[in-house]
Amino acid sequence: MSNIGSYEKRVKNFNWSISEKELGYKEGDDLNIGWYCSDRICQMGKANKPALIWEGLGGKKNSYTFNDVRLATNTISLFLKKIGVKNEDRVCLFLDKIPELYLGFIGILKIGAIAQPLFSAFGDESLHVRLENAETTVIITQRKHVAKVRKIKDKIPNLKHVIIVDHDGKKPLREGEMIFSLKEETPVEELEIFPTKAESPSVLHYTSGTTGQPKGVKHVHYSLIGQYLTAKWVLDLKDNDIYWCTADPGWVTGTSYGIIGPWSLGVTQCVLDTGFSAEAWYKFIEKQKVTVWYSAPTAIRSLMKAGDEVIKKHDLSSLRHLASVGEPLNSEAVIWSKKVFGKHFLDTYWQTETGAIMLTNFPGMKVKPGSMGKPFPGITAEVLDPKSFEPVEEPGKIGLIAFKPGWPSMMRTYWNNEDTYKAKFANDWYLSGDRASIDKEGYYWFVGRDDDVINTGGHLVSPFEVESALLEHEAVAESAVVAKPDEVNMEVVKAFVVIKPGFEPSEELELKIMNFIRKKLSPLAMPQETEYVDSLPKTRSGKIMRRLLHAKEWGEEIGDTSTLEDEE
Amino acid sequence: MEDIKKTVLEYVIEEYLEDEDEELTYDTPLISGGIVDSFSMVSLKRFLESKYKISIPDEKATPEAFDSVDKITELVKEFVKA
Repeated sequence: MSNIGSYEKRVKNFNWSISEKELGYKEGDDLNIGWYCSDRICQMGKANKPALIWEGLGGKKNSYTFNDVRLATNTISLFLKKIGVKNEDRVCLFLDKIPELYLGFIGILKIGAIAQPLFSAFGDESLHVRLENAETTVIITQRKHVAKVRKIKDKIPNLKHVIIVDHDGKKPLREGEMIFSLKEETPVEELEIFPTKAESPSVLHYTSGTTGQPKGVKHVHYSLIGQYLTAKWVLDLKDNDIYWCTADPGWVTGTSYGIIGPWSLGVTQCVLDTGFSAEAWYKFIEKQKVTVWYSAPTAIRSLMKAGDEVIKKHDLSSLRHLASVGEPLNSEAVIWSKKVFGKHFLDTYWQTETGAIMLTNFPGMKVKPGSMGKPFPGITAEVLDPKSFEPVEEPGKIGLIAFKPGWPSMMRTYWNNEDTYKAKFANDWYLSGDRASIDKEGYYWFVGRDDDVINTGGHLVSPFEVESALLEHEAVAESAVVAKPDEVNMEVVKAFVVIKPGFEPSEELELKIMNFIRKKLSPLAMPQETEYVDSLPKTRSGKIMRRLLHAKEWGEEIGDTSTLEDEE
Repeated sequence: MEDIKKTVLEYVIEEYLEDEDEELTYDTPLISGGIVDSFSMVSLKRFLESKYKISIPDEKATPEAFDSVDKITELVKEFVKA
């Protein structure tokens, strides 16, 4: 029997107080996610239960009970307090998927500071704009990434401390840098948890939009109410599960369901911090006896590509529930997973801004491969007419996916960017920026983005950010960046480039441009194809018409270009 | 053969190795070792194709085939010969 039981009954009788009650929370109480994910679980008698089983490169291993998590996070909290970190200060986690990332996240929350996790593959420019916008005061990183931090540190006046968690003492530290080693510190038994309330800020995740710099999505401690219940009802997490969320906590899935969801439920989770390999992943599932697996379409399609033979070499019979997030999961992948694992990967849909799962396929629900499923109980969802912002009544008709504001884990604002936040709403609906249709049975079907943002491997890339970075390359005079279809990643970045006089279009230049963007922004933002053009299509006022280039890439009708030329 | 190995090793160190203290050898796992991610693999493939004037089909450019300098060298050799 799944945790959710009957979806229809849950929808009928739903109230978020179900989650509040299970968590022992009453309106006005202190609410600190850090405490809920560690101390509370210990108080429930699970102190000696494994919380984190970690495997890294070169066969490195570590495991932590919930009591270990409590002590380690207390220790990190106290260290941060001692160096002057106060509540609501932004503390960035710029780490690979090592234990300090998971423990540091909880440690930051326990003292009321705001955790700002950033994907460790980000280049220095991506790091710079995000730290500058958040006015981050502390960054926790590791030796291999410190060079990127050093490159931009002087440009971030608020950044006082750079904490390195694996420094071996061989090379000298620079001004503002300090070493923190969990192994060397005396575990802190007692810590005064900061009395955060429901609306106290907790996490700042950055996401990309069509225009402007990345936006810091501000979440609050009350998000726990949504993350706890969705982890329980959608991921179906139970006390004896071994759960594996493959997402990196540099992105929202990695924190909402790679830390908060499982740990607030007192569930054991495991983490594999190595690069992708089908063999290594199946070996990990077999070895750890993973029961619930939450992954992404790009990874699932890569596993499909690796073939079925490698699966036969492993005993994967421990798996009982599979779910997917990041981009729509194609029907072939859903059908394939049923064939090879005996279970469908159930697609879930949500965003950095929503903080928790919004539309999903539930355990026990009829699976329609390729569908996003139905709204989580308590979530009012619709597809809206793009002009009137009224719900589309006709089944199968495409509209904008929208939600009625008010769910617990909804973002509270974009950091220092209230205007952009307000622009996300129309007619009392939150607009997701995605398009879909609803069929007669109430299932949602994803169609695509409603803007120029590129969804590559489940991560959003802003064309504006890539175009701005391209202009910093010595050979680039002008550029336009669009999504290009890709079998594995759904979309990848394609750049149209006008080069400056004195430079010749060549394969070598294309490679140089690729590496330039990869290091400056991230591997995700790197153009996988560059097309040299003499000029870019523009409106009469000089705005680049990405839509036209996008249509060309996707083999769509370009339509009336004279109309496009008038677009602003 | 040795030239290809040396060139690829030097290129990977120069372009992808973030930790300057990390030692990279011909059999160090690159993809499964987290040194080159699946997105960056595209740029590495592009380098090989440009440098050795070859074309590596997508079905041959797997994470397994790119997982070490030794393996990459084997792959390149196959197409240089052809």
